[in-house]
Amino acid sequence: MSLWLLVAGAALGCYALKLAGFLVPAHWLEIPQMRRFVEILPVALLAALVIVEGVAQGRRLEFDAARLAGFAVGAVAVWRRAPFLVIVILAGLTAAMIRLA
Amino acid sequence: MDDRRRGVVRNSLGVGAAVGAYGVAFGAASTAAGLSVLQTSLLSLLAFTGGTQFAVVGVISGGGTVAAALGSGLLLGARNTLYAMRLAPLLRPRGPRRLAAALGTIDETTAMAISQEEPELGRLAFWWTFAGVYVFWNLATLLGAAGASALGDPKRFGLDAVIPAAFLALLAPRLRHGWLERRVAIGGAVIAFALIPFTPPGVPILASSAALLLTGGWRR
Repeated sequence: MSLWLLVAGAALGCYALKLAGFLVPAHWLEIPQMRRFVEILPVALLAALVIVEGVAQGRRLEFDAARLAGFAVGAVAVWRRAPFLVIVILAGLTAAMIRLA
Repeated sequence: MDDRRRGVVRNSLGVGAAVGAYGVAFGAASTAAGLSVLQTSLLSLLAFTGGTQFAVVGVISGGGTVAAALGSGLLLGARNTLYAMRLAPLLRPRGPRRLAAALGTIDETTAMAISQEEPELGRLAFWWTFAGVYVFWNLATLLGAAGASALGDPKRFGLDAVIPAAFLALLAPRLRHGWLERRVAIGGAVIAFALIPFTPPGVPILASSAALLLTGGWRR
């Protein structure tokens, strides 16, 4: 039930955020602070998501060797500017292989 | 159709296929977090913004509440408002086209549209990139969701390593912008890491936005 609430909230919320940009007056974009804030906010959130998805297990810190090794290989691929799909496959494959071994 | 228009369409569909394929990872992550295949597909069809979708299912799989998941996801989705404001004078959509343009306003369509030399090519790039990403992203989501349910434990194929790597891939182009971005990223990462043991799942991600205040990222 609560997952349906999540799906509905995310779908409506995301769509409303997009549509709002087409409806608000154009001069709002000229407020530099507001523009700066919205442009830079994803940097903080994405960095936090990297950390949380990398080492959190609920409220516990968990340093899982296979997960971290897969992430590290993915990070090298990001650094080498590999295409998205290559990054994803390398990270997953590395973790999977370590778990098999 | 002249050569330049054909080139724009080809590039747009190429971006669509490359980005959309990554929906496989979202589909797998979402069903692993406990969403059904239908719920997963509805997110891709209606929310249609990758970073937010990953954030939402990430918080849920970590045991976070619906409120924390929605909070993180919508904060991350707020940049689409800015994109739409930028696209509005270029696309000038009216009526039903405006409703469709809103759905298609994401990182990739905006980047493709505003990087064209002429407004007409920009409009072409927007609609074709939207079409490409939308079709591939939704097909890939379905494939990932159905496939992962059939394959069993997602850890066996390393999904838990794929997700942080995918977020890093989304973050990397922004880090290449400059030092302000790097400072904000480090600030956000440190805040999130420090809060993991002390707050409910999802809260460390929301709290990372405080990094903007600490590093002065909202001012310049």
